[in-house]
Amino acid sequence: MPTTVPAYGKEAAERLASMADVTAGDGALRRFLHGLPGVDAVGLQARAATLGTRSIKTTAKAYAIDLAISMIDLTTLEGADTPGKVRALCAKGINPDPTDRTAPKVAAICVYGDMVATAKEALTGSGIHVAAVATAFPSGRASLPVKLADTRDAVAAGADEIDMVIDRGAFLSGRYLDVFEEIRQVKEACVREDGSGTAAHLKVIFETGELQTYDNVRRASWLAMLAGADFIKTSTGKVAVNATPPVTLVLLEAVRDFRTAVGVQVGVKPAGGIRTSKDAIKYLVMVNETLGDEWLSPEWFRFGASSLLNDLLMQRQKLSTGRYSGPDYVTVD
Amino acid sequence: MPVFEYAPAPESRAVVDIAPSYGLFIDGEFTEAGDGKVFKTLSPSSEEALSEVAQAGVEDVDRAVKAARKAFETWSALPGAERAKYLFRIARIIQERSRELAVLESLDNGKPIRESRDADLPLVAAHFFYYAGWADKLAYAGYGADPRPLGVAGQIIPWNFPLLMLAWKIAPALATGNTVVLKPAETTPLSALFFADICRQAGLPKGVVNIVTGDGSTGAELVAHPGIDKVAFTGSTEVGKAIARTVAGTKKKVTLELGGKAANIVFDDAPIDQAVEGIIGGIFFNQGHVCCAGSRLLVQESVQDELLDALKRRMSTLRVGDPLDKNTDIGAINSAEQLARIRTLADAGEAEGAERWAPQCELPSSGYWFAPTLFTGVTQAHRIAREEIFGPVLSVLTFRTPEEAVAKANNTPYGLSAGIWTEKGSRILWMANKLRAGVVWSNTFNKFDPASPFGGYKESGYGREGGRHGLEAYLDV
Repeated sequence: MPTTVPAYGKEAAERLASMADVTAGDGALRRFLHGLPGVDAVGLQARAATLGTRSIKTTAKAYAIDLAISMIDLTTLEGADTPGKVRALCAKGINPDPTDRTAPKVAAICVYGDMVATAKEALTGSGIHVAAVATAFPSGRASLPVKLADTRDAVAAGADEIDMVIDRGAFLSGRYLDVFEEIRQVKEACVREDGSGTAAHLKVIFETGELQTYDNVRRASWLAMLAGADFIKTSTGKVAVNATPPVTLVLLEAVRDFRTAVGVQVGVKPAGGIRTSKDAIKYLVMVNETLGDEWLSPEWFRFGASSLLNDLLMQRQKLSTGRYSGPDYVTVD
Repeated sequence: MPVFEYAPAPESRAVVDIAPSYGLFIDGEFTEAGDGKVFKTLSPSSEEALSEVAQAGVEDVDRAVKAARKAFETWSALPGAERAKYLFRIARIIQERSRELAVLESLDNGKPIRESRDADLPLVAAHFFYYAGWADKLAYAGYGADPRPLGVAGQIIPWNFPLLMLAWKIAPALATGNTVVLKPAETTPLSALFFADICRQAGLPKGVVNIVTGDGSTGAELVAHPGIDKVAFTGSTEVGKAIARTVAGTKKKVTLELGGKAANIVFDDAPIDQAVEGIIGGIFFNQGHVCCAGSRLLVQESVQDELLDALKRRMSTLRVGDPLDKNTDIGAINSAEQLARIRTLADAGEAEGAERWAPQCELPSSGYWFAPTLFTGVTQAHRIAREEIFGPVLSVLTFRTPEEAVAKANNTPYGLSAGIWTEKGSRILWMANKLRAGVVWSNTFNKFDPASPFGGYKESGYGREGGRHGLEAYLDV
């Protein structure tokens, strides 16, 4: 096994270059993706369900709740978003619990591209990242130049992270190389034009609810990682089925196997539908028992969520005071 | 950054009230053994004595058989729908008391609470529900218009799934109109005695179910008793053969569910991650104390390295320890005797040249424990490839072609179960036809359902339990 480098680091490109033969053409890429081991749906779901029975109590629960808070990409992606709404969310991200300043801050604030500057300003000095959805989010139905412009615009406005969507139509019709090329070019568009040579981190959203099969999810995972994804992400939160434990488990297995094969570490972000502390802890258990310590940090695992934070805070208050909290004791934004 | 360490999450022992001593359950009453003999039952995870139970002697077995014979008159004359009512009632009481029974089972047997709670108890209740449904439909089971029960069934069950094996034996027997005398294993008598209490709670007529506790001698008395019409035994092949010899020449009907040395066969096109889970579940479920355990892993040579790396990585995450901790994956070995047997065979594996591997894991200082263990470089000639270890020990063998896989899988005196892992459906069907095993699982392992018959080929025994087929063992057909 080669030594591991982070997907966002400079050395990652060389590692990916070592896989150039499988991405050289449509046929080679298809053969490679279809040669990945299949996923048995029943077995996968059973494994995810069993991990869901872990009982996380007392000190372990306190640790998990704080870890989960620190991994949240606190999200608002509504047509009705305003600078005021975004600023309120940023304030919440910095100080999630106004009654308890020991509560950790969230990892990032996730907004549409036009809100990046507002969020960036509101988060100044906080260390919290600004993540922007891009590439004609959530459907991804726009031409490549539009998607690239969308990305560059968000990066220029100061986005630290870009959450792109793949072209599911291209993927489902088997045009894997098109999807690969698109991700690669978006990754290039993430490079900041300030001459610093730095780049926004790229999260690649599959919209697993539209890919439907676990085999597709595994193939999409490898495809995105080969194209340079820093994070792979399940869903936009805008379709009927978003992150589920089994789908996330496929992503976790993919980043694990990718690191073994290529030596590049990629992060994972389940998004959409994770609303309770209990759910969040189940995901952390899954990370812990599939990937271990090395992925148990905001650098490598995120939750795309909005209402999850308040539930985590109520559970946190319950643990520290011994009394059940209520929705009036956490902030509404 | 600290690692994500799971805090202890023990299930409360307070839900179960174990009496300091238990008698024999005969004719609806708990009574002492005629000669007053008792023995202790230990908790294998701590070696603590849980209770003292009566050792049934020859007179006690005779009393139990006579009580069952007397009860048979009225029980067998009841309409099936009436018998079903009792069975449904028992099934519901088991569900209501499932937490208590799960804790009890984990205490007496050593199995993790996650398994007794999520596997044993739901299956126990399901088995009673399933056969309750058959009781008034026997005319449609394919055994004639009015199939008759046999009479009194003598049933002997093992220590690996005490309550589940009780359910497998008692539910079809009662549904078909038989009465029973059941002997639980010497090391795990408690859940059967709690079941006796459930029979009383359900208002089951006296003598329909009788429980006699004791060691092998009690079982031998029961099998040899002239007053029984049927012997049902689950346990070792050695004892099974002795039982077959005892009943030879009598009119007693016999079903035997004996040992196994199942092959879990992984092809290079298998869904690897799920295959790894299936291998883990196949051999480490219930500490490997499973007659149908996938104790021989047959892996295609072209995928062996990848699979073994994944398997070792997964084994390193297994949590061994307190059976009552809800996060425990592997509990205690059931008895000192069984632990010694596992050690002997594992040592033989090493002595015969196989390579032994176990993950780093700290075992508790008291009780009987054995770390999950893997042997590579095993061949058909090794003892650990031929003899049933009945513990958390996996022997890994390789093959090159499907024909070779079938030949090696079948090359055993046993034939209880087998597993096939491949994405190719046609190969699954081809293999299933060639494998001489009572159960063949494809892309899964150790899956049980009361509607599915279970039983062996060759030295794994004869007769089927479960499903419509399971009725036949208790009907005069």
